[in-house]
Amino acid sequence: MTESTAEHFLEVRDLHVHFPTDDGVVKSVDGLSFALEKGKTLGIVGESGSGKSVTSLSIMGLHKEGTARIDGEILLNGDNLVGASREHVRQLRGKNMAMIFQDPLSAMHPYYSIGNQIIEAYRIHHQVSKGVARKHAIDLLDRVGIPNPAHRVDDYPHQFSGGMRQRAMIAMALSCDPELLIADEPTTALDVTVQAQILDLIRDLQGEFNSAVIIITHDLGVVAELADDILVMYAGRCIEYGTADDIFREPQHPYTWGLLGSMPRLDRERSERLLPIKGTPPSLINVPPGCSFHPRCSFGHLNGGASETERPALRDVGNGHQIACHLSAADRLRLWDTEIKPKL
Amino acid sequence: MKHKRLIPAIAAGAAFVMVLSACGGSDDGNGDGSGGDNKTPAFNAGVGKVFNQSDAKGGIIKMADNGEPDSLDPADTYYGYMWDFARLYGRSLVMFKPAPGKASEELVPDLAEDLGEASDEGKTWTYKIRKGIKYEDGTEVKAADVKYGVLRTLDREAFPNGPEYFKQFLNLPEGYAGPYKSKGVDTSSAIETPDDYTVVFHLKTPFAGFDYLAMLPQTFPVPEAKDTGVNYRDHVISSGPYKFDKVEQGKQFTLVRNDQWDAKSDPNRPALPDGYEVTLNLAQSEIDNQLMSGDLHVHVTGTGVGSAAQSQVLADETSKENADNPTISRLWYTSINSNVAPFDNKDCRIAIEYATDRTSYQRAMGGELAGGDIATNLLPPAIPGYKKFDLYPAGQDNKGDLEKAKDHLKKCGKPDGFDMNIAYRNERDAEKAVAESLQQSLKRVGINLTLKGYAQGDYFSQFVGLPSFAKSNGLGLVVNGWGADWNDGFGYLSQIVDSRVIRETGGSSNVSVRDPKVDQMLDEAVAELDDAKREKLWSDIDRQVMDDAFILPGVVAKVLLYRGKGLTNVYVNEQFGYYDYVSLGLEQ
Amino acid sequence: MPPTVITYIVRRLFAAVVLLFIVSAITFSIFFLVPKIAGGTPESMASRYAGRAATEETVKLVADRLGFYDPVVVQYGNWVKGVFVGTQYDLGSTVADCPAPCLGYSFITRQPVWEDLLDRAPVTMSLAVGAAVLWLVAGVSIGVLSALKRGTVFDRATMGIALAGVSLPIFFTGLISLTFFTYTLGWTARGGQFTPFSENPGEWAYDLILPWITLAFLFSAQYARLTRAGMLETMNEDYIRTARAKGLREHRVVVKHGLRGALTPILTIFGLDVGLLLGGAILTETAFSLKGLGDYAVRAISGNDLPKVMGVVLFAAFFVVIANLVVDLLYAVVDPRVRKS
Repeated sequence: MTESTAEHFLEVRDLHVHFPTDDGVVKSVDGLSFALEKGKTLGIVGESGSGKSVTSLSIMGLHKEGTARIDGEILLNGDNLVGASREHVRQLRGKNMAMIFQDPLSAMHPYYSIGNQIIEAYRIHHQVSKGVARKHAIDLLDRVGIPNPAHRVDDYPHQFSGGMRQRAMIAMALSCDPELLIADEPTTALDVTVQAQILDLIRDLQGEFNSAVIIITHDLGVVAELADDILVMYAGRCIEYGTADDIFREPQHPYTWGLLGSMPRLDRERSERLLPIKGTPPSLINVPPGCSFHPRCSFGHLNGGASETERPALRDVGNGHQIACHLSAADRLRLWDTEIKPKL
Repeated sequence: MKHKRLIPAIAAGAAFVMVLSACGGSDDGNGDGSGGDNKTPAFNAGVGKVFNQSDAKGGIIKMADNGEPDSLDPADTYYGYMWDFARLYGRSLVMFKPAPGKASEELVPDLAEDLGEASDEGKTWTYKIRKGIKYEDGTEVKAADVKYGVLRTLDREAFPNGPEYFKQFLNLPEGYAGPYKSKGVDTSSAIETPDDYTVVFHLKTPFAGFDYLAMLPQTFPVPEAKDTGVNYRDHVISSGPYKFDKVEQGKQFTLVRNDQWDAKSDPNRPALPDGYEVTLNLAQSEIDNQLMSGDLHVHVTGTGVGSAAQSQVLADETSKENADNPTISRLWYTSINSNVAPFDNKDCRIAIEYATDRTSYQRAMGGELAGGDIATNLLPPAIPGYKKFDLYPAGQDNKGDLEKAKDHLKKCGKPDGFDMNIAYRNERDAEKAVAESLQQSLKRVGINLTLKGYAQGDYFSQFVGLPSFAKSNGLGLVVNGWGADWNDGFGYLSQIVDSRVIRETGGSSNVSVRDPKVDQMLDEAVAELDDAKREKLWSDIDRQVMDDAFILPGVVAKVLLYRGKGLTNVYVNEQFGYYDYVSLGLEQ
Repeated sequence: MPPTVITYIVRRLFAAVVLLFIVSAITFSIFFLVPKIAGGTPESMASRYAGRAATEETVKLVADRLGFYDPVVVQYGNWVKGVFVGTQYDLGSTVADCPAPCLGYSFITRQPVWEDLLDRAPVTMSLAVGAAVLWLVAGVSIGVLSALKRGTVFDRATMGIALAGVSLPIFFTGLISLTFFTYTLGWTARGGQFTPFSENPGEWAYDLILPWITLAFLFSAQYARLTRAGMLETMNEDYIRTARAKGLREHRVVVKHGLRGALTPILTIFGLDVGLLLGGAILTETAFSLKGLGDYAVRAISGNDLPKVMGVVLFAAFFVVIANLVVDLLYAVVDPRVRKS
């Protein structure tokens, strides 16, 4: 493992994750960089196939051996996880970094009780007796808001409701006080009413444990609540990055506009239609040349052909707000003010 | 059969059902039976002479049975090998001389002092038993015990397996059903014991061959006080040189020396080994393997090695030296059933006789060594009166005379042949092979056979032997076989050529022979006192049945026996067709 | 045990008894009605048990003794009565007592069947249990390894051998191994040997090692394939990823999470296989001349000996039923989701 200058708690530098397959090389992540501090929340947003889950799995080292080619650096506390031994990364998993998954029913073993699975998580990294671990598990269940924890600790996953199950999974992830928590689509499988509770819980816990949190989602509404910073991914690349404020007040990428437009909102007139983004996500084997979004972009014609040939670089437009787009800043702001914002 | 000391008597006759135990006639030309130095293993070293003669005592002979005896109770067994083996734990009034070759034809006294004395023109037979013979518990054998032993056999419900001769011949009270059911009935009209050492049998009709019945294990003495009925088989009280030690029915049994047996009273039994261990229900392949590896001495069932071992033994020169290949008194043949058209016409039957490829039949039965010699008539060579003849010569090569066959087909109105069914027993590969070989042979003259296999256990009771079934299923050809229990023309023939033994309710082995002339000749022979005349009659019956073409002879059976390692005094007792178990010993 | 479980078990056992009745009735009818349909009479049936040249009279006596003259229903009724209350057999000079459960006296050997069954059951049980342990351990381990090393030489080789194991008939492998290992090399015991465990555990194992391995070879092939398939499926489940995400060592992921998940179908089949084998491993027992229930069944059927057939069939049915019950209970132990019902 190489020691690099540790400026940030978590730093991802120029991450490439390629999967060789029989049909060709799937470029799931094609040059991604970002940083995160403790106590802060980063939201990674994008459609399915944008590379957001692959990124988080790469950080955790959960890709099957031999299936993924990872280039770039992932620095956790200065420790580069890319190229580190599998055993080293394993020791970090659960203890320094933890992950919760989209579907808590399939993500937990149906044959073992919740308590058993939490105890297991704890005892991997701590040499304690089962009794001590069990007490800890009960405390955790209590902390995540599960009523009657001393009794429910022996229940099985299928005996919990969706929301309670997700809380239990959060408890399991937090059992060893990880510094980094990655939540991959934590509310997608839950009812809307429960979603808010879970998000509140994550926020509270973050405040208590001071962990860094990455929330991965396709739903902008989720990150609006929780994220300090938002990274928008498209076809394995970051196309817009900024604070939550930047993204919601002044988004500057056509794709982000599309995402915002396609969100159902209660304060909109019923008769007004949603604005879907036309087209489908591109193949990651044969990524279109130039701007990966251009086949679906309504404004690509304004660039005089640059979108088709040249890959736009990620450029800072002020205060760390970054965009990867060929449109001039002026054009973008004009379009935002005149065409997009009124419709939202 | 020559009986030296019998007083000729009149035997008038009802039809007796007398099935006698197998015997073998060795025609290997080495019939002298004396020692010489016959100690080097050689093929057939145990046929007609004693192999590895020795007086050494000791050792336990290990035997195995690929099935199990019908019963260890001497009243209830019909297996030839049991009649051979039972002589180790019991003594009958008389026995076959334990000697190789033709010498074994002679009956010699065993429990009795001498062969039976006939009187009243052969209706009464008297035996004096030796004094001082003791059972295993030290009590003395008395004449009453012999009487009791015989009377037990009359309870056909308790002991249904054994032969039924005594029921046939003895002058019993009406409805007598054995000592258990007919308690207290006076049976002196049949058997009397005027003193402790004399037994007198009274018969319904005169019978010259009564000594044969006195040879049966059914005359072993049984002490009435120790008779446990159906459970007697669990521990038969021994009057012979060995007694039962452990009996586990269906699994194994062991014999140890009977210390009460007095060698001086028993000139026939050398009693060399210290004991016997018999394992039951061992797979044939396992038995063959163990014989060849030396873990087993004797395959007591005596039916020869299994087909896998057969090819091995015959092919390997060293193994073959340990084998004996005696001919036994059994004929494998095919019945031609006249109840099924067109076999009601004699010419159609004769066509079958001519069209058969005899070499193929022999091959199907296992070839010359494992199957037997080609037969051209019904009586096996060992039966007295046997004369070789061939009414339907099958050409130089023995493959059949197709011209003559077609001739007879024309005569019976089927010039182009016909369709027919042939029955065989499913469990017997050889019989299926015979059916297939006949299928091939007869196809040459247009006779098309359809094979029909049936379960062995019900073959005679439900299928081929049930006349209505055979007829309605068109079973015109029936693969069959028959072995004499011991060598006598009557005992061999009556069950298979007497039309009166055919039962509508099924069960008879006679599937095809229905000739009143034959029935008459049988009655005549039974009544004939003159040995020479009687024996000629057997041969005449043979000729008549062959003339009727009711039977297609196949082969006279041979068995391939394997001599276990370390056995002494090994020879085939030709009355039984197995090794003589009384004489065997072990090298020390 | 919670009362619901007890009631469940009691209900199942009751159903088992009903099933055994049905099985016995069907066996009885097959035995008697099939020959009747083919035109058999009590005499023609009895002549099978009467000895080589029995007279008509003897055949009738045998038919009477065996009860063939009674209507089938009456015969069955007598038999059932005997099972519960026992019967007595009049031997003339003595009376034999056949205490409950009296499954009858063999038509041929006239020995009580129940004692034979009790005598032979340990042989079959020893054979079945020993082989079962072997094939479960071998089959599952190989299956797990093959699944983890999917596509490698190891995987292809073991699955190829597994195919051979399943395809080769057991009497073939049995006889070959006997000839080779016992009679050529002298390493293993001859056929027909059995020493009860209580007498000498060492001898017991020595006598059975070759039959165990032969039988296990046949089954472990099946279990290896089954485990491999099950593992391939479970290792793709989300909870495996979660287990790894917790930092669990890979071998524990495989065994505690992966294998545990794949266990249920294996358990079901195992229970059924052992249940069937306990009723008699016919081919193995025949090849090795072991005097177990399977060998007994073969002799009973080929000898057309109804009481023996009944005895063995009921024993076998009983084991299958119990095996099913145990499997169902184990299912609930292994998979908590099943417990609610």
